Amino acid sequence: MIIAEKKPIEEIIGYIDDCEKLLILGCNECVTVCEAGGKKEVGVLASALRMYFLNQGREVKIDEITLERQCDHEYLEEIRDVADQYDAIVSLACGVGVQFLAEKYHSQRVYPGVNTCFLGATEERGRWTERCQACGTCILAYTGGICPIARCAKRLLNGPCGGSSNGKCEINPELDCAWQLIIDRLKALGRLEDYEKLLEIKDWSTDRAGGPRKVVREDIQI
Amino acid sequence: MRLNYPTSLRIIRVPCSGKVDIIHILRAFEKGADGVCVFSCMDGDCHFKTGNFRARKRVEQAQKLLDTIGTGGERLKMYSLGSGDGPPFAKYATEMHEKIKELGPNPIKKHKKNAA
Amino acid sequence: MSDTARSRLHRMLLEGHLAVTSECGPPRGSDAESIKKKAEMIKDYVDAVNITDNQTSVTRLCSMAACIHLKLMGVEPVLQMVTRDRNRIAIQSDILGAASFDIPNMLCLSGDHQSFGDCPQGQNVHDIDSMQLIQTVRLMRDEGKFLGGAEINRPPNMFVGAAANPFADPFEIRVPRLAKKVAAGAEFIQTQCIYNLDKFEEWMKGVCDRGLHEKVYILAGVTPFKSAGMAKFMKNRVPGMDVPDEVVKRMADTPKEKQPEEGINICIESIERLKTIKGVSGFHIMAIEWEQKVPEIVERAELYPRPKID
Repeated sequence: MIIAEKKPIEEIIGYIDDCEKLLILGCNECVTVCEAGGKKEVGVLASALRMYFLNQGREVKIDEITLERQCDHEYLEEIRDVADQYDAIVSLACGVGVQFLAEKYHSQRVYPGVNTCFLGATEERGRWTERCQACGTCILAYTGGICPIARCAKRLLNGPCGGSSNGKCEINPELDCAWQLIIDRLKALGRLEDYEKLLEIKDWSTDRAGGPRKVVREDIQI
Repeated sequence: MRLNYPTSLRIIRVPCSGKVDIIHILRAFEKGADGVCVFSCMDGDCHFKTGNFRARKRVEQAQKLLDTIGTGGERLKMYSLGSGDGPPFAKYATEMHEKIKELGPNPIKKHKKNAA
Repeated sequence: MSDTARSRLHRMLLEGHLAVTSECGPPRGSDAESIKKKAEMIKDYVDAVNITDNQTSVTRLCSMAACIHLKLMGVEPVLQMVTRDRNRIAIQSDILGAASFDIPNMLCLSGDHQSFGDCPQGQNVHDIDSMQLIQTVRLMRDEGKFLGGAEINRPPNMFVGAAANPFADPFEIRVPRLAKKVAAGAEFIQTQCIYNLDKFEEWMKGVCDRGLHEKVYILAGVTPFKSAGMAKFMKNRVPGMDVPDEVVKRMADTPKEKQPEEGINICIESIERLKTIKGVSGFHIMAIEWEQKVPEIVERAELYPRPKID
């Protein structure tokens, strides 16, 4: 899922300090699971902002809505009738949701309430780590199911650098060396000899490098 | 034990201090509470093992937030005591009452009136 | 291994001499005097001098310009190139630039992570990795082609090297990793600083068992300690460095004023032992900011005078 982190409230205040009517818009998907932008976080932010403004001597109307998703037309349509009543909308969805909201409500001020971090997994409660960089051409078949693009600080495709030490990466002693993990797994699979196959120079045109991407499936289009 | 404690305290029962979330604390302030006290079991005595530790983390987070928005984190306090500890409860309640008297009312109440 | 020498270093190895290389770090400024001075100090004692490419990710004068300065003063450079800072366009372009000055050796590296340097907030590129850099330069040289397939007018003609760290983890793939670099096209290898000679010997045995020493020239890397503090730092702080306790102890037990001398002694003893290890074709002496000691090390290790080959 998409992992996000709450923005500091000071930053959000900086965006909306001049507003009289605000909507805090949450999202029920990824950001709810990583506790950055679900219904609960919407409640906390709205309550804190209301009190902030009151302490400044202003009573700002702040409403709370949490949509099923902010990356789909049908759910974003749910606020069609109310969207223009606000001076601004703070979206606690990931960057996708914030942008889709801004596209849909073209003349409405929209601000992000979270920092969108990466595609990752919940390792344990309160701890999320990156797994995928969405490069568009998956190589996991060659690397024992562990991605060196997402998990090696130098995204090396052909083995660990000289800084791999006791299974850890040189840039941070808490970070696993992706190539140590790959080697361990190849060993467990009895396929260590696969390591010696040279991985070719990668086609990054399906990655960010190729410009904004799209997937079109004519077979399911209506 | 017929112990006295300030009548300014309104007790809200929760099954465990771990049930107390930041939003509950904020809502209390938003509704006009001048202070919030979270009473938990002693460290290591939680029936659910870690409820009181969770409560402590949330209280700390809420204190920071209250500081940022100008309400003041010192209006929120957490105390740990045993389930039958009447005297410390009365003592802490009095302490909190005094502290809040010193701090004065929740600032939003004044502004709420002004705004209205 | 090809038998037409592409560089002095290559010829030295082809003729079966123990090669000696050293390295110099370019300055953090545009005055090339310091690097020329370093090169002047060591030029008669080594066959070629590596010029590092923004080592430890600290911004410096570029490796290519420093190589040209050396070349113009008659010192043979080894152009180090990292994949951290360049995409495949810049890499091929820089290779051609170096070739236009006939810089005859190149060392292909991935580069230290930028978080260690002076621009930790910068992007890293890593469009290709060090093995693919070896493949790229070999393609350009041997087939006269760009990665895009077009022909190169006057292709580069470099002797192509790579680095190996026998001490990094996981140890069991350290020999396979070398095999991979050889398969990618590496012709010479300069190793990480060797202090744990037993472990190096174990690695070299694996290398020889697979016959890799017949496919690639291995130059054993050595770095003299200036002080006990440096030994401890290398042991504890430099990732992928293996400094045995007894070496640190030997430095620490030496009175402070004698420590530099002891560091040199250890380095020379290491070279002596490395000479006896099968598959070692030469030495890469990295005297970090201590280049003036290279002549003494080369002489005392009986690697001087350098064979005349032209």
